[in-house]
Amino acid sequence: MKYLPLIWKNVWRRKFRTVFTMLVVMVAFLLFGVLMAVRMAFTFGVEVAGVDRLMMLHRVGFLMLLPSSYEQRLQALPGVQLATHQTWFGGIYIDPSNFFAQMVVDPVPFMKAYPEFKVSPEHMKAWLDDRQGALVGVGLMERFNWKIGQRIPINGTFWRPKGSGLTWEFNIAGTYDGEDAVDKTQFFFRYDYFDENRSGGQGLVGWYVVKIDDASKAAEMSAKIDDLFANSSAETKTATEKVFVQGFAKQVGDIGTIMVAIATAVLFNMLLVAASTMTRAVRERTSELAVLKTLGFTGGTILTLILVESLFVVLVGGGIGLGLAWLIVQGCDPTNGMLPIFALPPRDLVLGVGLMIALGLFAGLVPAVGAMRLRITDALRRS
Amino acid sequence: MRWIAQTFAVIALNLRTIPARAGSSSVAVIGIAGVVVVFVSVLSIAAGFGSAMRGSGSANRALVMRTGADSEMTSGLGGTEVDIIKQAPGIRRDGQTVLAAAELYVIIDLQRKGVDNSSSNVPLRGIDPASMRLRDEVSLIAGRMLEFGTNEVIVGRGASLQFVDAEVGGTIKSGRNAWNVVGMFEADGGVAESEVWSDARALQGAYQRGNSYQIVLARLETGASFDEFRDWLTANPQVNVQIRRENEYYAGQSQVMTSLIQTIGYGIAILMGIGAIFGAILTMYTAVASRAREIATLRALGFNAWSVVVSVIGESLALGAIGGAIGGIAAYLAFNGYRASTMNWQTFSQVAFAFRVTPELLLTGLIYSLAMGLLGGLLPAIRAARLPIASALREL
Repeated sequence: MKYLPLIWKNVWRRKFRTVFTMLVVMVAFLLFGVLMAVRMAFTFGVEVAGVDRLMMLHRVGFLMLLPSSYEQRLQALPGVQLATHQTWFGGIYIDPSNFFAQMVVDPVPFMKAYPEFKVSPEHMKAWLDDRQGALVGVGLMERFNWKIGQRIPINGTFWRPKGSGLTWEFNIAGTYDGEDAVDKTQFFFRYDYFDENRSGGQGLVGWYVVKIDDASKAAEMSAKIDDLFANSSAETKTATEKVFVQGFAKQVGDIGTIMVAIATAVLFNMLLVAASTMTRAVRERTSELAVLKTLGFTGGTILTLILVESLFVVLVGGGIGLGLAWLIVQGCDPTNGMLPIFALPPRDLVLGVGLMIALGLFAGLVPAVGAMRLRITDALRRS
Repeated sequence: MRWIAQTFAVIALNLRTIPARAGSSSVAVIGIAGVVVVFVSVLSIAAGFGSAMRGSGSANRALVMRTGADSEMTSGLGGTEVDIIKQAPGIRRDGQTVLAAAELYVIIDLQRKGVDNSSSNVPLRGIDPASMRLRDEVSLIAGRMLEFGTNEVIVGRGASLQFVDAEVGGTIKSGRNAWNVVGMFEADGGVAESEVWSDARALQGAYQRGNSYQIVLARLETGASFDEFRDWLTANPQVNVQIRRENEYYAGQSQVMTSLIQTIGYGIAILMGIGAIFGAILTMYTAVASRAREIATLRALGFNAWSVVVSVIGESLALGAIGGAIGGIAAYLAFNGYRASTMNWQTFSQVAFAFRVTPELLLTGLIYSLAMGLLGGLLPAIRAARLPIASALREL
């Protein structure tokens, strides 16, 4: 403790350099935070995908439709807690660049299947009361500045309403929220309204979500389900939601991984550069360290002094950087809703702090050990 | 004149002494090179993807889809509509044949080579005999053309490389259908190379599509016949369609992904650039500090403050240029032509493409690196010019 003033003086002996070293470290960790969020976005929230939820798709491809009658057959299967269907609507809100996911669901079983979507009882009631009602993620509400009760026109691309025209209209009945890693950019509306008003394709749905009793039996259940519909007009392919999300992420995949990999490599490069600057700051003082030794400071004390100094520089710079990254990630979404989950998970924050400590130790240790090994007389002569 | 001569003399001195300060100079060079690597390589993804998509369409072809459809996938046309569309004026004729093809477009799930349990959405296009003649850029490079009326298919080069059983002689299984691969084609690197093509009628049968199609692709008489073709169809009450030039359609399809990559690319590059500027400031500051006496000597000899400022900035620009060149070359060597695939957001289907490190990208990277060098040199240069001569001369 009594050495704190000494460390403080050493930190600020060359103010300009210290400030800019901190700035370099700050930018590096700001970048680290943003990269982690980008990486997370490209995994499409695979970490929160339910393990007890199976996705049952048409075997030929995920945009082929399945009959809605499959629901009862699934429901009757032992081991199945709940089965409900969803359909991709794929409409356009004013302009194609306003892309967001619109999904046709059956509200009650849907909410049971996805407990991670938090909806207030009033909103839920409003949604159940209004056939044209929609449940909208808070992220999406914010993006378009929508209000509860607002009427939202959406042009069908594949699904057209009966009669002439392309426009479907929905009322925002309520909103849902959830943890960081939950996709809050979706737009859900009711199947009963949809089925009654679509111009064709009555009784067809996109895919099924099946909640099972025992998550450890996922593989077994998947096989059982696919057997159930084998040799029918629409054969199925069932897997856990996690596998499905991973598969989807993999298809967008390569480029996300490559971008993050390149940037990570360069980030490490940047950290090495910062470390080398800090190392030089200590090397310059070799003769001074020898003086301290002459005065009776032990090698251990000197080492501690230097390490505390370099840790201080890294933690201040890096801490500010990571904090800024967190703020940026909270405040904006560079992907414009295309990658629905843009968040900085706490795990990566911890990883960032770990990196800072490693960097600080590395940058201080190398020159300090070198200096300690030198004989006092040699070190004094080096100036 | 003397002033300019002085300045050049000092710049030359600075540049010649860079090797003596290799350690600290490398901080700036490595920092800037890193930024340029990221900048150029990330944007080369967008450039490659964009050019694969743009290169897929021709201004001489028109794509007819149902009104409201945003992609081939969401479009749908009945057999009678197709017949009417084929009668529209402005379509090129080749002897008796009208160069217009009604096609189907479905997405099937195929396994990727070398990855277990992976599924990819692959476009399966049902073509008619005119389809090949419409598309000059498509040519068979292995095997033979599929025979119409059978379950034979031909595969694009990209699809063939990526998916299990998609090579000539293989059999693609999808649901209860089996498609025999008899040929492989290329399409100048366009998205068609990521597709599998079958006979449209066989596809209608396989997926209970009756006599319906999704799009009509027409070869126009000339590029200028587009308006005539479009106006005739939009005025015709028997069909309810929208018409786009094929190249514009594909350019629109690439937008979402390209702009995502560009946003991320620019965002990361700007953040890194700020870091690199700080790095360059550190380097130049160290350079100025270690040469304080030298600079003071020059000043004492009568060199003016401006030549010192310009020389420091010159050195910093040179470091920027070196960094930019290293970064550009590294990105080019590592990523130009690198093959990857991603998803087309309008159809959720896979598109294979190659990264493209274009000359424009390299130039932009170099300009960016010079800008970083310039900004990095500014503060230290002012500092150098303001060094008090007397005390700096005394400094050890």
